[in-house]
Amino acid sequence: MTPTRRRLTFIGLGFLSLLVASALALTAFEDTLVFFYSPSDIKEKSINTDKQIRIGGLVKNGSLSKSEDGITVRFEVTDLKHSIPAVYRGPLPDLFRENQGVVAEGHLSKGIFRAKTILAKHDENYMPKEVADSLKKAGKWKGENKN
Amino acid sequence: MIAELGHFALILALVMATVQTVVPLIGAHKSNTVLMEIGKPSAIAQFFAILFAFCALTNAYITSDFSVVNVAENSHSLKPLLYKISGVWGNHEGSMVLWVLILALFGFTVAVFGKNLPPTLRARVLGIQGSIGVAFLAFIITTSNPFLRLNPAPLDGRDLNPLLQDPGLAFHPPMLYLGYVGFSITFSFAIAALIEGNIGPAWARWVRPWALLAWTSLTAGITLGSWWAYYELGWGGWWYWDPVENASFMPWLVGTAFLHSAIVVEKRDALKSWTILLAILAFTLSLMGTFLVRSGVLTSVHAFAVDPERGLFILAILAFFVGGAFILFAIRAPKMALGGLFQPISREGGLVMNNLLLSVATATVFLGTLYPLFLDATTGQKVSVGPPFFNATFIPIMIPLLLLMAIGPMLSWKQGDLASAMSRLWVAAICSGGLGILFWLLNSDKPFTPIIGFAIAGWLGGGALKELADRILLFKIPLLNSLLRARGLPRSAYGMTLAHLGIAIFVCGASADSAWRSEVVFNAKEKDQTEIAGFNLKLQKVERLKGPNYETERAHILVTKGSKTIANLYPERRFYPVQQMLTTEATIYSTVVADLYATIGEGDKRNGWVLRIWHNPLIPWIWLGCLLMVLGGVISLTDRRLRIGAPEKKIGNYERAELGAEHG
Repeated sequence: MTPTRRRLTFIGLGFLSLLVASALALTAFEDTLVFFYSPSDIKEKSINTDKQIRIGGLVKNGSLSKSEDGITVRFEVTDLKHSIPAVYRGPLPDLFRENQGVVAEGHLSKGIFRAKTILAKHDENYMPKEVADSLKKAGKWKGENKN
Repeated sequence: MIAELGHFALILALVMATVQTVVPLIGAHKSNTVLMEIGKPSAIAQFFAILFAFCALTNAYITSDFSVVNVAENSHSLKPLLYKISGVWGNHEGSMVLWVLILALFGFTVAVFGKNLPPTLRARVLGIQGSIGVAFLAFIITTSNPFLRLNPAPLDGRDLNPLLQDPGLAFHPPMLYLGYVGFSITFSFAIAALIEGNIGPAWARWVRPWALLAWTSLTAGITLGSWWAYYELGWGGWWYWDPVENASFMPWLVGTAFLHSAIVVEKRDALKSWTILLAILAFTLSLMGTFLVRSGVLTSVHAFAVDPERGLFILAILAFFVGGAFILFAIRAPKMALGGLFQPISREGGLVMNNLLLSVATATVFLGTLYPLFLDATTGQKVSVGPPFFNATFIPIMIPLLLLMAIGPMLSWKQGDLASAMSRLWVAAICSGGLGILFWLLNSDKPFTPIIGFAIAGWLGGGALKELADRILLFKIPLLNSLLRARGLPRSAYGMTLAHLGIAIFVCGASADSAWRSEVVFNAKEKDQTEIAGFNLKLQKVERLKGPNYETERAHILVTKGSKTIANLYPERRFYPVQQMLTTEATIYSTVVADLYATIGEGDKRNGWVLRIWHNPLIPWIWLGCLLMVLGGVISLTDRRLRIGAPEKKIGNYERAELGAEHG
């Protein structure tokens, strides 16, 4: 086999694997991309309820309640303009508190957000970037947080 | 006073690094031996200056000198000694000092152990390595000085983030940096070779020990990080495809490809420009990881305080080195002589496939990691790319790679015979089927997908062992002669077998855990119980205790199976008053086949506590597999052939292997 043909073989193989990878990535993007919405986005846009989404905002003051079984919690996520009720079953992250930033992943069902996971945060000053941005968008950002 | 000396030492190191960059490069260009030789002492001096600075900073931490801003912000007088020391690299400034320390360490090793390198190559390698040092020392001194003073000094410090107060994390960053930054030296070797326009088998042999060291450390570093995340974060998982994890994983993938393609350069003098490209890419991805972690574009447990100025500075460094490297590559690479020829089906061909698949896999990880940033920057739309994306793209690319991993080493150089390789792999086929069927019988009630993983792992593991057995002609010649042959084999052969075997075991662990893990969340008062995977767990009691710098609520869970007591678990929920922070301390009961993993959430005596219990099958195999890979790297490193100081011995070793063959 000549060097040129050898090169061509490998370049061909390279392109083939890139092609396969791109096809994989594109189909995966279709199914697995998780979009982030603020409570206002959810009120204002119509959102496909089958898909996993993330919502973020503050845990509304006075909205946190625990149900009988001791595991299911209800709270409202707010960007101080609109708020969305949310339900979550499971232990809450250590820093989950009212009036603190929260990001949850799950899906919407009849106007209630059913959270599958609540994203853990690592220190109390930390404000998820998405939450800060959505508060800014709602014009409620005070900027007292360091991040 | 010591802090000021540390600061001074950093500036001195910058001066030394500048000398190390400029003088040897000019010397090499003008073939002036005296100028070239200056690279050596300046690299040594730079290393010791940074070492001094590092020790000065460590001293400030150990003595709790809160007049240093960095110490006041990240330490506390009550913290245990280990965490006072690990606190040095638990923050942005200190970890940058560790970063340059390791950078200089690699320069130091080239200066001290690179006696057999040609003087011009060594001068150029040291020069390039020095230039990276200049960039990062300037970065530290201008934007991230760890020795700034605070007046008046506070009475006590703000403490280290409690999540980072953990033995796993004490060693994770040094290991990881040893790997990350280690690719700087392969980069320097690559650039030096491009400048010289000369690359061949000798070059590959010189660069291999450093590449191996970097790869081994990176493997260990990533493993430690994953292990830490597993038991400390209390989420029950070991890999999240978090952008920062990916940032360390991409250099690993490319570094692995580099290790393999360098073999082709060494043995067959082919794939030269491709190997250089991989060396450049590995370090590019390392630098990119540094940028992602420190610029604040990502939010993660790893992200340090956000400062756009720092991000820009690192971006500039990245642009300079990567841009420069690629321009040089574009000019020089086409002029490189084409190397040895080979058929697509051959050892070289197999290694090319390895490289292709690893590179494509890196590309998908790259895409998944950076796409959210890209989308946010262009459209403002916020998305996250999570594990489902990587499972759908990365894993399908890995499967052919794992299958090929057993076949490649069976092919001969230049022109291989696929049929004979496959016929030698009957052992692998049996292992594959056997392992698959065995695990299916044991877990017939559970999802089927992990069985595919077991079959692949059996194929790979069986193939790796068969390859070793064939080399020593096991059962073909008398056992004693086989053992003699085994003694004569180069250590790198064992390194490869161990590393490939490690991957097989890792694949078993990862496959089982992906689909067979189970979880129970329940609200328990004292004496309540639950079941998981045949175990009975009973909450005995919850007590309040005090640790050195925290208060804790500790549960006692009794695990029984039938009437037998299996284990006592003590998950904790800690409160660190200085940082006003709560952490979850998971407790893990490990056996060979599974982990029981328990955490305790908030609660009280009247309403009970939320307990979360996972049964994670085969998780210990993940750590075992990684450990074998690291061990394989270490054993390869001790191969005599790689010792630059011992070229004659290399011949001796081959003779011994030949001798063994004759005995057979």
